[in-house]
Amino acid sequence: MLSRIAESLFWIGRYIERAESTARILDIHLQLLLEPSEVSEDEACRSLMVVLGSPVEEDLLLTGQHVIDKLTVDPARPGSIAHSLFAARENARRAREIIPSDVWECMNTTQMRMPRRLATEQSHRHFGWVRDRTAMTIGMIEGATSRDETWQFFTLGRALERTDMTARMVATRMLPTRPSWTTILWSCGAYEAYLRTYRGAPKASSAAEFLILDRLFPRSTLYSLRLAEDCLREIDPTVVRAGVNDPAARLVGQLRNQLEYLETDQLAENLHGYVDEIQTAAATISEAIQRRYFQSYAPEWTGDGA
Amino acid sequence: MASKTTGDLFEGYRRGGRDQGQAWDEMFDVHGKPRPEYREILVALDQMTQTEFRERTEALASSYLAQGITFDFAGEEAPMPLDAVPRIISPTEWGYLESGVAQRVRVLEMFLEDIYGPGRCIKDGVIPAKLVSTSAHYHRQAAGIESPNGVRVMVAGIDVIRDEKGLWRVLEDNVRVPSGVSYVMSNRRVMGQTLPELFFKMTVRAVGDYPHRLLAALRASAPSGVDEPTVVVLTPGVYNSAYYEHTLLARLMGVELVEGRDLFCTGGRVFMHTTAGPQRVDVIYRRVDDEFLDPLQFRPDSVLGAPGLVEAARRGNVTLANAIGNGVADDKLVYTYMPDLMQYYLGEKPILPNVDTWRLEEPGALEEVLDRLHELAVKPVDGSGGKGLVIGPHASKEELDTLRKTLLRDPRGWIAQPVVQLSTIPTLVDEGIRPRHADLRPFAVNDGNDVWVLPGGLTRVALPEGKLVVNSSQGGGTKDTWVLGRHADADEYDEAREPAIEVAETAEEERPAVERPEDVKPIVVHPAESSRFDLEEQEQQQQQARAEGGRRC
Repeated sequence: MLSRIAESLFWIGRYIERAESTARILDIHLQLLLEPSEVSEDEACRSLMVVLGSPVEEDLLLTGQHVIDKLTVDPARPGSIAHSLFAARENARRAREIIPSDVWECMNTTQMRMPRRLATEQSHRHFGWVRDRTAMTIGMIEGATSRDETWQFFTLGRALERTDMTARMVATRMLPTRPSWTTILWSCGAYEAYLRTYRGAPKASSAAEFLILDRLFPRSTLYSLRLAEDCLREIDPTVVRAGVNDPAARLVGQLRNQLEYLETDQLAENLHGYVDEIQTAAATISEAIQRRYFQSYAPEWTGDGA
Repeated sequence: MASKTTGDLFEGYRRGGRDQGQAWDEMFDVHGKPRPEYREILVALDQMTQTEFRERTEALASSYLAQGITFDFAGEEAPMPLDAVPRIISPTEWGYLESGVAQRVRVLEMFLEDIYGPGRCIKDGVIPAKLVSTSAHYHRQAAGIESPNGVRVMVAGIDVIRDEKGLWRVLEDNVRVPSGVSYVMSNRRVMGQTLPELFFKMTVRAVGDYPHRLLAALRASAPSGVDEPTVVVLTPGVYNSAYYEHTLLARLMGVELVEGRDLFCTGGRVFMHTTAGPQRVDVIYRRVDDEFLDPLQFRPDSVLGAPGLVEAARRGNVTLANAIGNGVADDKLVYTYMPDLMQYYLGEKPILPNVDTWRLEEPGALEEVLDRLHELAVKPVDGSGGKGLVIGPHASKEELDTLRKTLLRDPRGWIAQPVVQLSTIPTLVDEGIRPRHADLRPFAVNDGNDVWVLPGGLTRVALPEGKLVVNSSQGGGTKDTWVLGRHADADEYDEAREPAIEVAETAEEERPAVERPEDVKPIVVHPAESSRFDLEEQEQQQQQARAEGGRRC
C-alpha cells in the first residue's frame, strides 16, 4: 500500500475515534455544569479544555457555551469535533480510491451536516448525532473492508487514539469538578459493562482498573494497546526471529507489558502518573509509526547510472 | 405513436419556446413531432408533472453532493449539474458515430507515430514542417519514446457536434488527457437510482465497461517482459478539478492512485513508496500534463511528476499513457489537416467531417477573417475548456478590437470558424424545459489491436440561454447519453440516418478552398517555451502548491 494512503487511513481512524470520544466527554461534562457545585463554571470549563488538550487564554470568563463553540463547532480549532470530522473527511478524500464508496459518502455527508453554531440546549442531541455518525462510519468499514492493510492502518489509528482518549476520560477525575466514577464510566460507554463485571457501585480502584487494565472491555487502555500491537505485527513486512525491529511495536509492547503486570493498588495510588504516561507514550508511538511507514520523501533522482 | 401527453413538462417547448435560431433540435423535428428514438422516453416523461420532475432533479443533485461529485464553481463546491432529460442516440446513428470516431483515432495514432518518427507526411508535403515544429505541444523530448505495443493514444475524447442540418461534425480532438468519462459512468448510475422508470421498455447500452477496457489497454502497453504489470493512475492531487475522475478510475480499475511525491526514479526505473518499501511501476496512466511530468525535462519547478520519468520511459522501462507530446495532434491547426491526413494514411474519406476552418497564416485568410470577425468564432489552437474562445456575434466591440490585434500579432496561434449553431436539446432550467445547446464527447480506448468506443459519451449542455460554450468551467451541465440497443425497429430511423449519408458526399466540398503551401523545410525543433503554457496548467500547479501547504495536525 502507498505510504501516503496508509497515513490517511491511520488518521481517519484517529479522527473518527477522537470525534466520538470528545462528544462523549463533552456531553457528560456539560450536563455536570448544570448541577450545583462549589466550583465556578469558568474553572470547570477551563480545566476541561486543558484535559482535552485545548487550553484557553486567561482573560476570558468561560461558560458552557464557550466549550461548545470551541470544542464542538469551531472547525479551525484542533481538537474540536468539527475539526476532527473535517480532517477525517479530508483524509478520506485523499484515499478515496481505497475507501468503500458508502464510507466516503457517510463521512462526506456527516461533514456537510455539521452545524456551524450550536445552542446549549441542542448540544445533547448533537453529541448523540456525532456518536451515531461515527459509529455508522466505523460499522461500514468493519463490515466491508478486507482485513488487509486498509483495515489494519485504520484500526491502528483508532486503537491508538482510543488509548489516548480513555486516559483523558480517566483524567477528568482529576478535574476540580471531580466527576464521580459513575459519570466517567458513563462517558466511556462502560457503565453497564462495569456493573455486569463488578456487580456493585463503582469505586475508585475497580473503576480505574476496568478502564485501564480490563482485558475484555474494548475501550480499555490495555485492550486498545493489544489491538494496536496486533495491527503493527500484521503490517510489518519483515519477519524477525528474535526481538522486535519496529520501534513503534516495541514501544506499544513495553507499555502494554507494564500495564499488564501492574497491580491495581499501584494504579490507584498513582493514577495521575499512569494517565500522563499513557498519553505521552501514545504521542511517541504515533511519531514512531510516522517515521517507519509514512515517511514522505522529497523528490529524488539518483542519476541514470546504476 | 403515443405522443399524446398528460403532463405539462414539454408545454413550453412545444408552444414554440424554440427560439434558438436555426439550430437542429435533438428531440423534436421542425414540426414539433418527436424524433423516433425519443418517443418512448416522452411517454415516460409525460407521466410526470413539472413539480415531480423538479423534485427528481433535486434528488439527482443531492446524491451528487453526498457522493462528493462536485466541482469548484466561483469558489463554492457545487454538485456537477446533471440534467435529467437524457440524450438518446439510435443504434444506426451510433454505428456511424462510432466508426467515425474510431477512424479519427486511427489517423491521429498514425500521425503521431509519423511525426515522432520518420516524418513522412512532412516530406510528402501533406502538412507543413513549420506547423508541426511551432506547435506548443510538439515535444522533441518525445522522439524515440514509444510504448512497446506502439500505442500513443490509449485514450481519446473526440468532441463532436451536430450543425444546423443535423450533420455530426468533429469540433476538436483530445488526445492528451481527455477528461469527463467519470461523469458518463456516474450519471448513468444516479439516473438509474432516481429515475428508474425512464429506462423501462428501452434497452440502453451499458457504460460500465470503460474501466476494464482502459485497464486492458494500459496492461497491453506495458514494457516487454513484464507479465503482471503494475499499473497506476498519476494525479496532480486533490485540488485538481478532475480529482474525482482520477479516484473513480483508480478505484474501478483497482489500481493505486499516486501523486508525484509517491514516485521516484532510480537506475532508469520508476518506483512508488509503499509501506513495504519501494515497488516497481510499469504503466502510468498519467493525468498530469506533459510540462509537469518531469522537472529534468520540462518545468524545473514542477512537483507534480517525478524527476527521471521521461528517461525511464525512453529506456522502455515504464509506459506513459497517453504518450508525451500527443498535444501536437490536437493542435487546432493540425485539426484542419485531418481530412488530408486521413486520405494520406488510410486512403479514406473522413466519416465525420470537420467544421470549416480558416488557417490564418494562409494568403488572404487573415484579411477575410478580420473583415468578418463579428460573425465568426475564433479560438486559440492550443486552448482547452473554451478558454480564449471569442464568438463574434456575442462579443463586444472592445473584445473584437483586442482580438484583431492579437490575430495580427500571432496568426499561428489562432483559428477561425463560422459560428456553428450547436444542436439543442430539451433541458430543465428555471423557466421549465427549454432548448439548450449541447455537444458530445465520445471516448475511445485503443489497446493496440482495436479502437473501442464507449457507447455514448459525455453530453455537455450550455445552461445559459443561447450560449454556445458547453464547458463546465463556463456554467455547463451534463446529460446522460443513451445509445439504444440494436434490436430497435430499424425502419423508424430513416430520418436520423439521413445526415450520415449526406456527410460523406459533402465533406470535401464544404471545406474552405485554401491553398496548401509547399513548405518542406526540415522540422525545426524548439525547446518548450514557458510563454505557451496555458493558464489551466499553471492553476493546476498552484492548486497543488496549496495542497502541500495544508498539513494535518
